[in-house]
Amino acid sequence: MRSSDQTLEEILALAATHFKVPREKLAPDDDFFQKLGIDSLQALELLTRLENHFHVELPDYELQGVSDFRTLADRIQARL
Amino acid sequence: MLDLTQYTCLGAALRDALERFANEVCLIEADRDRENCRLTFAQFKQAALPLASALQEMGLREGDRAAIIMTNQSKWLISAYAIFYVGGVIVPLDYKLTAAEHLQLLAHSQARFLIVEYHLWRAIMAAPGFKDLKTEVVLVTEAPPKADLGQARRWEEAKSSAEPRFIMRQREDTACIVYSSGTGGRPKGCVLTHENYLEQCRSLTAWYPFWPGVRYLSILPTNHAIDFMVGFIGPFVCGACVVHLRTLRPEYIREAFTRYKITYMSLVPLVLKNLEKGLKAKFAELPPIRRAALNGLIAINRAFTRRRPNLTLSRQVLPQIHGAFGGELRALFVGGAFMEPATLQFFYDLGIPVANGYGLTEAGTAVTLNDFKPFRADTVGKPLPGMAVKILDPDAEGIGEVAVRSRTVMSHYLDDPELTADTIVDGWLMTGDLGRLDSTGHLQLFGRKKNMIVTEGGKNIYPEDIENVFEGLVAKEFCIFASNYLWPKSGLGKDELVIVLRLEQGQQLSDGLRNELVSRNRRLPDFKRVGGYVLWERDFPRTASLKIKRTVLAEEIARELPERDSAVVPL
Repeated sequence: MRSSDQTLEEILALAATHFKVPREKLAPDDDFFQKLGIDSLQALELLTRLENHFHVELPDYELQGVSDFRTLADRIQARL
Repeated sequence: MLDLTQYTCLGAALRDALERFANEVCLIEADRDRENCRLTFAQFKQAALPLASALQEMGLREGDRAAIIMTNQSKWLISAYAIFYVGGVIVPLDYKLTAAEHLQLLAHSQARFLIVEYHLWRAIMAAPGFKDLKTEVVLVTEAPPKADLGQARRWEEAKSSAEPRFIMRQREDTACIVYSSGTGGRPKGCVLTHENYLEQCRSLTAWYPFWPGVRYLSILPTNHAIDFMVGFIGPFVCGACVVHLRTLRPEYIREAFTRYKITYMSLVPLVLKNLEKGLKAKFAELPPIRRAALNGLIAINRAFTRRRPNLTLSRQVLPQIHGAFGGELRALFVGGAFMEPATLQFFYDLGIPVANGYGLTEAGTAVTLNDFKPFRADTVGKPLPGMAVKILDPDAEGIGEVAVRSRTVMSHYLDDPELTADTIVDGWLMTGDLGRLDSTGHLQLFGRKKNMIVTEGGKNIYPEDIENVFEGLVAKEFCIFASNYLWPKSGLGKDELVIVLRLEQGQQLSDGLRNELVSRNRRLPDFKRVGGYVLWERDFPRTASLKIKRTVLAEEIARELPERDSAVVPL
């Protein structure tokens, strides 16, 4: 079982790869909409990628009100 | 389809549709690549009537209000029909609102009943104002087996074998109370009658008919005015089928087109642009020769569809494109917010007409729609049958406030006679939008007279409602405006919120203040965020009771800072 820190780190790495930004530019408390310049549909694309990686299923509504990597990691961790 | 002139209420029209089209499939619910359920009209009736009976036994009486808070799914429609069957009034609430906002609107609407999804109910139970909730009966869908539901009951268990008593409603009776927004400040509950909906349905299906065999892809939640009409009432009274997709993820939307051979779909600009982006990326991957060939075929299609769409021809000229959309797609509907003409044209040139329109909750659903005779990407179409549209006090260019009169215009705002009197004047609905009718009767929009924005996701946002997030900011005063309200002709595509800051004497906009602005802005959902700030160097004009005179301030700003791009500093 992954630790919360591991989950967070993997999310940051996957987001960096998916949106083609250097990993070091992303921090856990960053607002991913602003930092990555993405809209809510692109955030859902990221969610699909994370689901495939972590082998969990997250309904779209799990993203509601979430805009930073740390909270996203908490939501995923809760389903691991 | 049913002859809706013969009906006095939606419940009766739906009841007859369930009998008349009994063996047709009316509802499919899909989640990603799984199909959760598939119901014929007869099976839909079997699912809804035991619930209707249970609601009646639980005390739902004629005219009682029942709120629904659910994502896009089949239980929304089953619940709605059950409520209409027993004479109830539906209060469709946006599931994306916060729990505090849900509680506020449940209180404002005085809903006695609530049907809600488990994850949303959990949030409502945890909200500070929950103990004051007056709603008497709560039915929760999809709750895990051992979940603590408080006083609520499980939707799945709310069934009674007794025959429910059908309650007939009249045309002037309230069918739904729909909140057009304004949740942070003054709730605007549009009271829409059965007449409003029946007439809207007649008017829309006159131009865009449904029939048995048509499959409508629904990705918007049914609380959305467009989906309520085009993804529920319209298809049902015509014997067509609604396919609910419980995710907005682009890859599954694309898959649903082919899997279900979709005929129509409604979407908001954000989703349409995403589809455009996906297609353009695919085109860019093609080898140069194939891309040139595709461009040639698109040019041929454009030439042959200049006057009106020709689906048969377009499907033959561009089979791969139409195949990717399932091969049966006739049109996409887009509304709720401004759509860039270039995107509309892109799809039209592929032989996929996008019927863009203009509407507002207060007017039912749609007021104008593109009729493709010919396609006019630069407009929001012509008034639908039964809609009278006029421009008030037009300026030299013919631009003025758009006013609408029709049998689809709401009865009033719930418990707000003052706002109603300001909004419906001599039978005309004052839309607050600035527009012009051209010589061919097409409506063009230029901005808003009202201080509000409509997001790409189709949500109305009133700047006044989100000012409380910035309360206590270290500045002398501040005020939030919709950018297009300050600079009405800067183009609807640039709709966003701006915060106007008046600093203290000698105060500079420090990094600390800027960081505070950014940090508070982040507390808002992404679609409600302020895009930039404007520094203003005079005190705000105020009334005797010290309220900001927003209209006066807006006029001063527009006059003294006429260039939006140089006045607004991005946040």
